[in-house]
Amino acid sequence: MSIASVFALCAAAAVGLGLYGLLVSPQPLRKILAFNLLGSGVFVLFGVVARRGAAAGFASDPIPQALVITGIVVAFSATALAVALLLRLLQVSGSATLAAHSSARSSRDPAGT
Amino acid sequence: MTFALALHIALAGMMLGLAAWTIAARETFAAVVGFVVYGLFLALVWVRLDALDVALAEAAIGGGLNGLLLLGAAARLRAAEAPADAERPGASLRLLAALLSATVAAALAAAVLLLPEPAPTLAPAAAANAAATGLANPVTNVLMAFRAMDTMLEKVVLLLAVVGVWSIAPDHFWGGRPGVRHQADPQGTLAFLARVLTPFGIVVGIYLSWTGASHPGGAFQGATILAAMWLLIMMAGLADTPPMNARRLRLMLIAGPAVFLLVGLGGLAFGAAFLAYPAAYAKPLILAIEAAMVLTVAITLGLLVAGPPERSAAP
Repeated sequence: MSIASVFALCAAAAVGLGLYGLLVSPQPLRKILAFNLLGSGVFVLFGVVARRGAAAGFASDPIPQALVITGIVVAFSATALAVALLLRLLQVSGSATLAAHSSARSSRDPAGT
Repeated sequence: MTFALALHIALAGMMLGLAAWTIAARETFAAVVGFVVYGLFLALVWVRLDALDVALAEAAIGGGLNGLLLLGAAARLRAAEAPADAERPGASLRLLAALLSATVAAALAAAVLLLPEPAPTLAPAAAANAAATGLANPVTNVLMAFRAMDTMLEKVVLLLAVVGVWSIAPDHFWGGRPGVRHQADPQGTLAFLARVLTPFGIVVGIYLSWTGASHPGGAFQGATILAAMWLLIMMAGLADTPPMNARRLRLMLIAGPAVFLLVGLGGLAFGAAFLAYPAAYAKPLILAIEAAMVLTVAITLGLLVAGPPERSAAP
């Protein structure tokens, strides 16, 4: 079993764990965390593919590496936007839940809107 | 089993344990801490995958800025945690989700283990064209030359993210300063750390950006460290966050994409295609783009962590 395949299995498991957290966690921030975990698993899978493409004196194919760096930065900006939306939701509605939001709003005074 | 393989299995085990902790921890704050440590271990995994540039980016963004952003959010959401917990789905639904996730993970693992040999690669093409830019780091070559379009559009995505975060602000704070004014003891540990660490951090950040042309590193990695230093100064209360309607701030925000676009259009006017660098000037042009990019990315990342305006511009 090569180094790359150990990390490939690990990355696949991270994607599975992230997907589970995304589906099951009731809290939006936990969903954001889980989605980041899922994304990191996808990045590592890409890294494993890059490692397999080692050639021409490079230990790892540089094209997937560059794409992953771009991906990490874009994922971070998406996370920042999601967190900002979530904190604003808390500010406006006084709660930070996704499920049955309409019923929660009718029963509570929508302070600060 | 060799020692190296055992080490890798231990690293993978740590990573998986932390990933499971991130999902299973009861308290969100604890989960976020787990995720930050996971980011640091992930950086080690990238080192072992021979992707040092990615490792630096992951350590700086995944382990650093992401932690700052998510820990801040977790602290503010702590009070709202309990009501949301009541909406946890039932056992049968959880089992179904677990089955689905396990299937997806197993399918991915099978797919990646059964990839055809020899693996397809673009490394020879990257090596063959490396001389055209005068840069020795193949990843920087890809980011700044071979796939420069991606990098330019990513700058635009970062800018859009800042616009998105700002547009969430309540109307009466439009043009104001993001976040709360941090009040730290000026004689305290945090202020001391911010005074001592920042000069070193700035040097490291600029060095990483500069050396990215020939060694692992690059504009993103350097800019992320610069952003972290800026955030440290703001958190220690040594400087206030800037008001979002400051003209200088906005100019710095668009400097990166603007220089990139100008060089790209220059390529259209004087060269072969959009973003085609004239061979004789490839390296100076790339360095100019990177210099503008470092400034813009550092400011953008700092503002993304700082969040939308929450008070008026008056200090």
